[in-house]
Amino acid sequence: MWSWVAHRITGVSIFFFLFAHVIDTAMVRVSPETYNIAVETYKNPIVGVMEIGLVAAVLFHALNGIRIVLVDFWSNGPRYQRQMTYGAGVIFLVLFVPFVIRHLTNVFGH
Amino acid sequence: MSTPTISAPRSKVGKSNFELNSWLFMRGSGLLLVVLVFGHLFVNLMVGKGIQAIDFAFVAGKWANPFWQVWDLAMLWLAMLHGTNGLRTIINDYATKANTAFTLKTLLYFASAATIVLGTLVIFTFDPCIDPNSTLDVCTNR
Repeated sequence: MWSWVAHRITGVSIFFFLFAHVIDTAMVRVSPETYNIAVETYKNPIVGVMEIGLVAAVLFHALNGIRIVLVDFWSNGPRYQRQMTYGAGVIFLVLFVPFVIRHLTNVFGH
Repeated sequence: MSTPTISAPRSKVGKSNFELNSWLFMRGSGLLLVVLVFGHLFVNLMVGKGIQAIDFAFVAGKWANPFWQVWDLAMLWLAMLHGTNGLRTIINDYATKANTAFTLKTLLYFASAATIVLGTLVIFTFDPCIDPNSTLDVCTNR
């Protein structure tokens, strides 16, 4: 139930970011300077920290999505759905923690 | 006691499988997007100087390679269609008035179509030497 709610919230959040992300990338067709100004926004420390939230949303949505696919298509999926939720949590941490360390180092260490 | 009669399924002739197909598409595109988006995040944010390395020259370097053009194009289309279909489902669930649902979905489809067209044009018409005074290698060596 809660993973279903979180799947919707993270999905909508990522989708709205995608609109912004296509538009900022489209600035490469205006001029190199315009694109560099747009992408500079992402290097701002406050936005840099928000990107951690975005990556958390992507990781949750991806791992929970894989769990949904397994529940739907793997014959033992429904039986192990709870264990798979815990498994997704472990994989989330394994991927998320190194990302946070790396990203914070890049955002603040230049 | 007679056996209860089960009425034959009502005609499926002309009925579309759109909802079944979109249900399948969400799972198929979702799995592909895990690979595409994780690869995108790893190459752009984890390798080298991460986000600090991203600028016009970085994009020019990536899109000089057809591999990354195809990667980004596939990611754009799949993510936009996956997100559009997801939001369509959410509108169907929460917008109880038919008019509200119709308006929201019309807006959604226009915004999505415009974004897919914009993104596709950007990938295919990208010009690394858009600035005539560019000092990038591809522009000075010709």
